[in-house]
Amino acid sequence: MTHAIELKDLHKYFGKNEVLKGIDMTVEPGQVVCVIGPSGSGKSTLLRCVNMLEQPTKGKVFVQGVEVTHPDVDIDAVRRRIGMVFQQFNLFPHMTALQNVMIAQQRVLRRGKREAEVTARENLDKVGVGAKCDSLPGQLSGGQQQRVAIARALAMDPDLMLFDEPTSALDPELVGDVLTVMRKLAEEGMTMLVVTHEMGFAREVADRVVFMDGGVVVEDGPPSQVIGDPRHERTQAFLHRVLHPEG
Amino acid sequence: MADQPTTAEPVRARLSPRKKQQISRGVQYAILVVALVVVALYADWGSLAQNFAKADVAEQALPDLFTIALRNTIIYAAGGFIFAFVLGLLLALMRISQVRPYRWIALLYIEIFRGLPALLIFLMITFLPLALPGFEVPFGTYGQGILGLGLVGAAYQAEVFRAGLQAVPKGQTEAARSLGMSASRAQVTVVIPQAVRMVIPPTTNQFVSLLKDSSLVLFLGVSGEYVELAKFGNDLASQYANATPIMVAGVTYLIVTIPLGYLASRLEGRKGRNR
Ligand SMILES: Nc1ncnc2c1ncn2[C@@H]1O[C@H](COP(=O)(O)OP(=O)(O)O)[C@@H](O)[C@H]1O
Ligand SMILES: [Mg+2]
Repeated sequence: MTHAIELKDLHKYFGKNEVLKGIDMTVEPGQVVCVIGPSGSGKSTLLRCVNMLEQPTKGKVFVQGVEVTHPDVDIDAVRRRIGMVFQQFNLFPHMTALQNVMIAQQRVLRRGKREAEVTARENLDKVGVGAKCDSLPGQLSGGQQQRVAIARALAMDPDLMLFDEPTSALDPELVGDVLTVMRKLAEEGMTMLVVTHEMGFAREVADRVVFMDGGVVVEDGPPSQVIGDPRHERTQAFLHRVLHPEG
Repeated sequence: MADQPTTAEPVRARLSPRKKQQISRGVQYAILVVALVVVALYADWGSLAQNFAKADVAEQALPDLFTIALRNTIIYAAGGFIFAFVLGLLLALMRISQVRPYRWIALLYIEIFRGLPALLIFLMITFLPLALPGFEVPFGTYGQGILGLGLVGAAYQAEVFRAGLQAVPKGQTEAARSLGMSASRAQVTVVIPQAVRMVIPPTTNQFVSLLKDSSLVLFLGVSGEYVELAKFGNDLASQYANATPIMVAGVTYLIVTIPLGYLASRLEGRKGRNR
């Protein structure tokens, strides 16, 4: 069976700064994999290499068996099948919520206006912001914006979804709404690679948890092991800091 | 200092700050009054009025002042503006292109046309038919004026657009690309519409500049139906040996430029609130 995502000896340099130092990792279809680790450890860079928003310096990335690091690959076609959700939402501020969810359907998938609108409304309803179709992003709360961003990605019928700290820019009371949507997606069997600091979510939803530090994968396994009973000192220290921020 | 009791004598200041401020303001008013008195006494008001504000000469300017001169000023400025807008956008996109020669060409153009006096460009345009035999700028004098204003305006407008394009956060392009849009599709659908909104105030100011620079059409040797405000005022002034028509033309410029200036700053204010 082909992996949904496969990273082989992935290296990424920014100038002389080696940010990813040889990552090997797989995500199987239908799996939810959470990536945790301290800030600056390369989690975002790893995620962005999957859909080639960053060009890896060395190594290979496969998505559903297609080598996306190959120079001849049609990257736009690959990206159509990968939804991405950003920490800062990145909604298009000059379009309403509905237009945000319609535009790529129309311009990329060449769907007609009516079909795009029906799909957009379905997905906005699904993430609980159906009543906000005509609002501009600036008129929505962070939690609502992030859910519109998720609907925008889902409307493209992606085979897998990447989330880069989707709740880190939210006020604490709004985090739950977004996590609920993500939980629902996971239950429906969506393949998800999620960078997060929400340990509760990772423990309950993830099939696997990957702990990264300093550009390498330190620990990779089921949440009961990586979060519940970490082997490595670095993982233990990180979890201690995250779970007991006061102490 | 801080632990001194508040009742302590202030440090030997003979005048309190407030007193000083009052005196300073008094001196400024005094200078103003003296200057006004001098001007009022020594200026030859009769002669000034005769030369710059003679009612019967001003009357001669109507209605051509509006029906021909102002109309042509607006035609030159608006035509030049559209030219500058399109070419400026193209240059701005070239300026940030991945293809290095495009960047060089755009940079060269921008540096040259911003560095030269606009008047020089207009003088060169009059020599175009000599330089390129058989070549004629379409639409006659209108075409020449619009070409001159457009070539110069494009260089400035390009920098306005570049600033606008670069002010759109990188995350916008990334979101568009991650949805499968090509680089050019992302520019057209996501980046340019936002950049254009951001550049509306500086672009309005650019239009005001072009309105004023359209006076350079004077040097194209235009006449009759093609004259704009400056040339119109100048011709009438020579005819009557009186500067009143130039004043009248000046006031007509201000009627257009000042409201546009206010519009630009209001748009700027609104942008500030939306962010
Ligand atoms: N575009 C970039 N240019 C230069 N350095 C970068 C860039 N993006 C990230 N980095 C650097 O790479 C390292 C890892 O960043 P990142 O992947 O964002 O980590 P994380 O998401 O785990 O916090 C950081 O030291 C960061 O400064
Ligand atoms: Mg990050």
